[in-house]
Amino acid sequence: MKILIIGDGKLGYSLAENLSKENNDVTIIDKDTEALKKAEESLDVMCIRGNGVSVKTLLEAGVDRADLLIAAMASDELNMVCCLAGKKLGAARTVARIRDHEYASELSLLKERVGLDMVINPEQAVADEIARIFRYPSAVDVENFSRGKVDMVGIRVTPNTPVVGLKLRDLPKKAAGSILICAVVRNDEVIIPNGDFKIEDGDVVYVIGKPSNVYGLYKYMGQDTHKAKNVMMVGGGRIAYYLTNLFNGMGIKVKIIENDRARCQELSELLPDTLIIHGDGTEDELLKSENISEMDGFISITGRDEDNLISALLAKQYGVDTVVTKVTRMNYYPIMKTLQLDHVVSPKLITANIILRYIRSLKNARGSRIEALHRIIGGQAEIVEFIANDSSNYLDKPLKTINFARGSLIAAIVRNNTIIIPHGEDVIKKDDRVIVATKNRNIFDLKQLVSIGG
Amino acid sequence: MNFRIVLKTLGILLHCEAGAMLPSLAVAVYYRGSDIKAFAVTILLLMICGTLLVLIKPKVKEMYARDGFAIVGLGWLLISVFGALPFYLSGAIPTAIDSFFESVSGFTTTGATILRQVENLPRGILFWRSFTHWIGGMGVLVLTLAILPSVGARTLHIMKAESPGPAPGKLVPRVGQTAKILYKMYALLTAVLVILLLLAGMPLYDSLVHAFGTAGTGGFSIKNTSIGAYNNVYVDVIITVFMLVFGVNFSVYYLIMKGNLKPALKNGELWLYLGIAATSTILIAINIHGSVFDSAGQSLRHAAFQVASILTTTGYSTTDFNQWPEFSKMILLVLMLIGGCAGSTAGGIKNIRILILAKTIKREMIRIVHPKAVHTIKVDGKTVDEEIVSGIMTFYFAFTAIFTVSVILVSLDGKDMVTTISSVATAIGNVGPGLGMVGPMGNFADYSVFSKLVLCFCMIVGRLEIFPVLLLFAPRFWKKVSI
Repeated sequence: MKILIIGDGKLGYSLAENLSKENNDVTIIDKDTEALKKAEESLDVMCIRGNGVSVKTLLEAGVDRADLLIAAMASDELNMVCCLAGKKLGAARTVARIRDHEYASELSLLKERVGLDMVINPEQAVADEIARIFRYPSAVDVENFSRGKVDMVGIRVTPNTPVVGLKLRDLPKKAAGSILICAVVRNDEVIIPNGDFKIEDGDVVYVIGKPSNVYGLYKYMGQDTHKAKNVMMVGGGRIAYYLTNLFNGMGIKVKIIENDRARCQELSELLPDTLIIHGDGTEDELLKSENISEMDGFISITGRDEDNLISALLAKQYGVDTVVTKVTRMNYYPIMKTLQLDHVVSPKLITANIILRYIRSLKNARGSRIEALHRIIGGQAEIVEFIANDSSNYLDKPLKTINFARGSLIAAIVRNNTIIIPHGEDVIKKDDRVIVATKNRNIFDLKQLVSIGG
Repeated sequence: MNFRIVLKTLGILLHCEAGAMLPSLAVAVYYRGSDIKAFAVTILLLMICGTLLVLIKPKVKEMYARDGFAIVGLGWLLISVFGALPFYLSGAIPTAIDSFFESVSGFTTTGATILRQVENLPRGILFWRSFTHWIGGMGVLVLTLAILPSVGARTLHIMKAESPGPAPGKLVPRVGQTAKILYKMYALLTAVLVILLLLAGMPLYDSLVHAFGTAGTGGFSIKNTSIGAYNNVYVDVIITVFMLVFGVNFSVYYLIMKGNLKPALKNGELWLYLGIAATSTILIAINIHGSVFDSAGQSLRHAAFQVASILTTTGYSTTDFNQWPEFSKMILLVLMLIGGCAGSTAGGIKNIRILILAKTIKREMIRIVHPKAVHTIKVDGKTVDEEIVSGIMTFYFAFTAIFTVSVILVSLDGKDMVTTISSVATAIGNVGPGLGMVGPMGNFADYSVFSKLVLCFCMIVGRLEIFPVLLLFAPRFWKKVSI
């Protein structure tokens, strides 16, 4: 697939990195020579220096033959103009990053008028992700599939969890009857388990199933299930705005600490029901006076990774249950793990995942469509949701007769609103939504999993 | 330095060389020559050594610029050594050093030979000699990249180190794809040339061998008197045109193939190159008209062939230009150093560098007149990065420095001045024949072992554009931890 990325910033670079690894022909356009040099040296992509909005540059980059144009420049308006130009010049599809909430309400109009096929708002995506975490406060990782019909939750196993030392097949029927453990992270390595797999202390188990059943196991494992009521945020950026709106809907009260006076003013106008506090979120005294220890949740989402880390550690120290930290730079990821910060969100990664999912489903327009994609620790394993269709040769065959690729597992099948946790006798029917856990990357069709095993 | 990945890649390279030797083995078998065994043994050796290296498991898979340079520098030494084996084992060339010289001359597309008589050598050996031109021209490692199923991002460093020109780029986003496109265009043009030569009346074997020599801008012939032996106007014209064709940057052909004729023709380097070729041809034609050839047509035909041959650093000849007047010989000597375009199979300093150097001279003058002037150097309407400009100046100095030192070293042999200077120029420019004793009818057999080694060094330095080879001698390059 020929993909044009305009803007070699954080998002542009990480998209180029992921997309070029998935065998796409990627061309990056940017004005900054230094940024391009880095991309040129470490990625298998083509770099063109120039203004991404200029028709000449776009044509030089072959926009007329491009399957996809992604505009990820700093300005929303530039991105829109770029997509407009790209579409007129013959790009098959365009994706724009638009982050200003003023435009968010006009998205449908924009999509139609500007010819955008997809709009991506990283801050909104991050806010969605954080809100999801708060539904399962002490889970490590949360994702839902089939439009919310299936939940997947990553739970860290602690010594006093009743399942330690049990084999998966020996899990009590009552708690684990209709769920499946589809992946386990042990020592930073992902394992796709089978029935003989024994759970140990320190594992992170990924449980998939119907939300109520997942919640049941979640409770059984002694996880904290009390709902968060009061949440403190440090950093009053766009994420804070979107997130506050989401929390308001969930009945959670929010307190935002922001150290820019003007922004505080702005926020108080935008969010009349929220408490806005002007101050430095890394300052111990301020956090204490705002009774941090009484909070159920703490979210650090300032623009600086270091500040986020420090505030999060402070919150952890004061005993806040759920602490979410935003990091932009991936190099901090390993440190986060050692600091026991479970909830780390990266806008770059979340956005990249969304676009990857979109591209894989495009690629596979004829095969079984990709509906959702979730990646576990830096993409070591993926949970992918497909819709099975005619083109596949595995339909209506009992699963036990099909050879699946190593390191892959069918985690759930959703058929007409019912969720099946599959056993050997179950079959995949046409139009089923099939959720697969796999360690093979770049899967974009169910067939791939079937044929690899042979 | 990541030795493991360097060695592993070299292993793959040896496998590729083994594959490249198969056609020659087939030719040897077809003609039932005495060289079958030599090829079979070499291929076996290459496979064994290659497999041993490929089995190495690198701890770190990332490849950085220095690893790329090491692969190219060492790779060229290795393939030259293994490429010499068939010559030595078959007894076609009795001494090891001469075999090595011939092999280096082949891969670097120089075409300088130590053979006094070539016509009685086994057919397979002659085929291999010319085939080395063909793969050496576009690059052995580029071939490896084209063949490898999965090529990582960092392999761009390999391609950059092997491809000629100040800033080799990609045609398409992927390195592997770029290498494939380059080789496809290369093979296609070569095939066209073979067909044209067949139509002009050349036998198939001769057409293939000379097409390889022309495409790689090499210059090994299977006749003692080179192309002159055929004395065929059509052959002369076809080869003249195709030598020039292979001296052009291949990205121009890619643009034409894609239908972008305008940007393809707006290439400043292309016009400088064609301008130099045309001017030199006319000057030489006037100079030799009357004194060497009587008819204007004859003068033009031989002048054009020789200019194309020397400028593109091929080194074929239709006549003994050593007998031409001094003015013509001087022009040819200068052309040897200029060479073809960047991104082509030709050698020399390259036209783009000459173009940019000329522009820096202009800039320097502007700076003297207006000390505060800010002036960027542009080629084809695009700004040339300051780093590239200073890189070119460094290259030019390194080129002349190596040239000078080599001339002094070769002069120890006590040959006359013209022979000494032109033999180094022809080696470092990857041309082939020089003037004087090493002229088109002469050869390099009379040089001492030491001079031959110096010339081998010059040829590889010229082909790889200095730094990949020079780095091999830098101690800091080899340190595992370089501070």
